[in-house]
Amino acid sequence: MSGAPLNLTKGPDETFILNLGPQHPATHGVLRIKLTMDGEYVVRAEPVPGYIHRMHEKMGENRTWNQYLPNPSRVDYLSAMAYSHAHVAVAERAAGLEVPPRAEYIRVIVCELNRVSSHLVWLGAFLLDLGGFTPLLYAFDDREMILDLLEGITGSRLTYCYHRFGGVCNDVDDTFVRGTKAFVEHMRPRMKLYRDLVTDNIILRKRLTDIGHISADTCRRYGATGPVIRGSGVPYDVRRNEPYSAYPEFDFDIPVFPEGDCMARYLVRMEEIVQSLRIVEQAIGRLPDGPHIAPKVPKIMKVPPGDYFFATEAARGRFAIRAVSDGKEIPYRIKLRAPSFSNLSLFEEASQGMMLPDALALLGSLDLVIPDIDR
Amino acid sequence: MSFLEIEPFRIALYVVGALAFVGANAAYLVWVERKAAGRFQRRAGPTEVGPAGLLQPVADAIKLMSKQIIVPPGSDALLFRIAPVMVMAPALMCFATIPFSDSIVARNIDVGLLMIFAFGSINVMAVMLGGWASRNKYAIISAARVVSQNVAYEIPMLLTVITMLMVAGTLNLHEIVKQQEAGFWAWNIFRLGTNPLMPVTFVIFFTCMLAETNRAPFDMAEAESELVAGAYTEYSGMGFGVFFMGEYANIVIGCAVATVLFLGGWGSPVGFLPGVWWFLAKMYFLIFTVIWIRWTFPRTQFYGLLNLSWKILIPFSLATLVLTSIVMKIPRMF
Repeated sequence: MSGAPLNLTKGPDETFILNLGPQHPATHGVLRIKLTMDGEYVVRAEPVPGYIHRMHEKMGENRTWNQYLPNPSRVDYLSAMAYSHAHVAVAERAAGLEVPPRAEYIRVIVCELNRVSSHLVWLGAFLLDLGGFTPLLYAFDDREMILDLLEGITGSRLTYCYHRFGGVCNDVDDTFVRGTKAFVEHMRPRMKLYRDLVTDNIILRKRLTDIGHISADTCRRYGATGPVIRGSGVPYDVRRNEPYSAYPEFDFDIPVFPEGDCMARYLVRMEEIVQSLRIVEQAIGRLPDGPHIAPKVPKIMKVPPGDYFFATEAARGRFAIRAVSDGKEIPYRIKLRAPSFSNLSLFEEASQGMMLPDALALLGSLDLVIPDIDR
Repeated sequence: MSFLEIEPFRIALYVVGALAFVGANAAYLVWVERKAAGRFQRRAGPTEVGPAGLLQPVADAIKLMSKQIIVPPGSDALLFRIAPVMVMAPALMCFATIPFSDSIVARNIDVGLLMIFAFGSINVMAVMLGGWASRNKYAIISAARVVSQNVAYEIPMLLTVITMLMVAGTLNLHEIVKQQEAGFWAWNIFRLGTNPLMPVTFVIFFTCMLAETNRAPFDMAEAESELVAGAYTEYSGMGFGVFFMGEYANIVIGCAVATVLFLGGWGSPVGFLPGVWWFLAKMYFLIFTVIWIRWTFPRTQFYGLLNLSWKILIPFSLATLVLTSIVMKIPRMF
């Protein structure tokens, strides 16, 4: 053998370091995980975030409230609506701005459509992690319809900047209303297709059931939220626990599965798509008339001094903005509470002793968006 | 006596024929696979290069050949270079004994079946060597997986082959097909008189063949969402290309052997068309099934694969073996 000895530096306990990422097909972005491996078993998994840190919090401190409007949707690009919603809502709460009911309904509709599209991306990417290619294309096919709908009213397809202080920037038109109704009709039979093709597949069931168990206690200790904690049997959902916007007016269930394994998290998300469709259907059917934005919104948002907080249920869990204002045009401090960060932090504990493919299934079931972790 | 029957010409003809057949298959099965995958996924597949993307394999081959083969510093350069050859060469050897029709066979060897499995096993060792020589942790994990997967899958596969051997009484592939010539009810898969579990035996053989050729859902060795590209991670250009061709060549052989053993080889169920077309039709149907499975199922977990082998396939293949011997022995006792 020429050159250096084989790069299998084994520790005293026969382990070796496997560097997963920042460029690896299973990390879906620039997440790096330093795995200490004993053969194929994970001894220790140390996530190394920060490769796509873009200082979104600091950016909040050097631009006006209005100028920060596009930023939140760049944090978690897959559920941008809920993030923008939290941002405008914290300012509305601080300034005591009244939002017209039509605007609240539109916000709920776009947030839920966005949640469906986010879960569809997750479905495809997760199946890709498990080695199934075909569902990705099916999921993206359906997601395309949502993107087209949202493009029609927001002008963008991914990083929306649709929410405004006191409402939304464009009113919904007939095309959107008809398209949304058609989409809900289209999506219901597709859920059956996903069940037949993916959920009931014996290989998938064997790969996910009893794999990657996370207890409710672990979820609480690490602050995991969203489908992760609901997959561990805790019915925590911001839409129910701290109701906001028009959510109290709709009839929907919070899917909870107590098993805490990858399958439970999988089923939670699949069921959430169905529930989101229910909300969208109700909201679009009862869409109130009126303005889509409050009539008297100051051109330059000013917020009285104070410490404000607003949380929304994004596709990955609880997203919250804490804004501290000193009465100027520019906030004193913006703190983003991103769900992916908390969900990732339990990976180190939960992945101990797992085999590599199972650990990657667990990682996929957490549904991480890397810019959301790094902010 | 035409010149085709003169021995050196015959050999030369078959060498060229086998090379061309393997090359064309490897290239165009990729095209078929990409087109089929496209159809499964509601997209078009390759369309740009040539009509219906038919020249895509040519473009891919030119691209691969024009790339530098990078031998990673510190790797075992000799093994690294030999491994792709060791995948391809045995696969080519196997084609020598496969009877495409009554008259088209390169070498009608009496131990043809044995030879195919002997050479077929080298493939796994080559992937292991390639992974080991790459000096890459992902490749080494993949190499370790390949070996344990192989140990688990050779056993049920060879057990089914022994079953078939008892039924046929010969290792000569030509003879095996000859015995099934009477019609489709005489095909081994339907010969329930010798063993009522014959279709199960076929399914076991086919499953093992999938695992043996590292195809989805058993593509542990390449598992790109886990191991990047597994044993092939460090291979570039034609180094990877030859591995890739070897993989497809092995699929072709596996399906050809399944056709010979279970589906009556060149035997036609209805009577028209020369036998070779029937052979190819059956073989390509099996290959299409392999592609179909790949684009439908997610990958199995590694221990799931081993569990399947040790807990289901091996007991079942042993059962068919015992059952067949009992069924064959009982009439002779009286």
